[in-house]
Amino acid sequence: MLLGLYNYWIVVLLMMIGFYIVIAHGNLIKKLVGLTIFQTSVFIFYISMGNVDSGSAPILAEGVSRYSNPLPHVLILTAIVVGIATTALGLALVVRIKESYGSIEEDEIQIQDQLTEDKT
Amino acid sequence: MIAIAIVRTKDLLAVVMLTGIYGLLSASFFVVLDAVDVAFTEASVGAGISGLLMLAAITMTGRAEAPKRHKPLLALLVVFITGGMLIYGTLDMPYFGSFEAPVHQHVAPRYINDSMQEVGVPNIVTSVLASYRAFDTLGEVAVIFTAGIGVLSLLSLPRRRRSSELDESSEDSTEKQMHEQHMVLRIISKILIPFILLFALYVQFHGDFGPGGGFQAGVIFAAAIILYAMLFGLDKARRVFNQSLIQLIAAIGLLLYASVGVVSLFNGGNFLDYNVLADDPLAGQHLGILLIELGVGCTVAAVMIIIFFNFAGRREAQQNSPELNSPELSSTKQNNSEGE
Repeated sequence: MLLGLYNYWIVVLLMMIGFYIVIAHGNLIKKLVGLTIFQTSVFIFYISMGNVDSGSAPILAEGVSRYSNPLPHVLILTAIVVGIATTALGLALVVRIKESYGSIEEDEIQIQDQLTEDKT
Repeated sequence: MIAIAIVRTKDLLAVVMLTGIYGLLSASFFVVLDAVDVAFTEASVGAGISGLLMLAAITMTGRAEAPKRHKPLLALLVVFITGGMLIYGTLDMPYFGSFEAPVHQHVAPRYINDSMQEVGVPNIVTSVLASYRAFDTLGEVAVIFTAGIGVLSLLSLPRRRRSSELDESSEDSTEKQMHEQHMVLRIISKILIPFILLFALYVQFHGDFGPGGGFQAGVIFAAAIILYAMLFGLDKARRVFNQSLIQLIAAIGLLLYASVGVVSLFNGGNFLDYNVLADDPLAGQHLGILLIELGVGCTVAAVMIIIFFNFAGRREAQQNSPELNSPELSSTKQNNSEGE
């Protein structure tokens, strides 16, 4: 049954969307949003791997014998918070770029760079 | 679907709103997949803080995206090739939810079967996070701390000279305006904020038994402070939470975490081995987990607050003096005109 793999296909689809935004869009904030989507696709990949049929959340309780795998949960939980911290760092860089170039579009920044290079 | 909408939308404000919805959706997705702790984190981070930070950024950079000039065909091709190869790769993967998958074979059974005897904490995620993989988590907290320092060094402004009286009066007038505009919001948030803070503390200390822990608590705590800062003005929030105090808290959190490890070294165990912290190994584990979760909570909350304050402070400074604040901008423009 190939349909049993549908969770990976969702992940790949999300990853493709995020990847496309990162490559094809010139706006730096849009690129960061794309990167976030890419990141989420990896999160979903890990979490769906840890899922078990008829398992329950990994908090020990009486009368439950099957738990989903806690290890991916731990990895992703910390990754989410680290992800937002690094995204904030990226946004800070974008703000500084805006201040010094007056634009956050890739092409315009490149044009400005070339102009200053030609001058020197 | 939402992700596709994000691709199509040009208005960055709408994009940010859509990312908020996307975050909430993926949080509910994680609940369906039995990952309650992760869902908790994603709901507070993805739907809350990340949208806020992006909003703060686009108020400074403008919200319109320029239309594309080059054709996206090549990018589309690359993306489809990558996606196709990945899907081909999944054909060998174990089926969704299957119990025999290799992921579930190595360390996971030990965590599930033995963590109650070894750590004594019902929430397996917490015991893995704070005890089995504590060293890993220490690294993550250090990364968050470093990111906070990075934002601080990129966006922080030289300390403002308080030309007090002029400043105060203008502040008062804007405050009055704000007060009339957002009366409902302010009163409701005044009632809500104590409860949010209380909830954050509950999440912090109840993480052993239910979903929760230092990371989630830190983010929720920071969200409450940010809410306060948004509604009552940055200056007021700064008066309550002094910038240098927050930086100190961020550093102390990380230090607390690491020093727990060092103390266990001195007591004859391995680094971050809590069994030696108390006479009873289980009590030692409890103490160790409590302390390092506290450290994590402190650092995460403080770093989030630092990040937000710096974004908002930057923005305020830009609004007050747009020319003064961007000397580089004017200089590059001059360079350009000279180059031409």
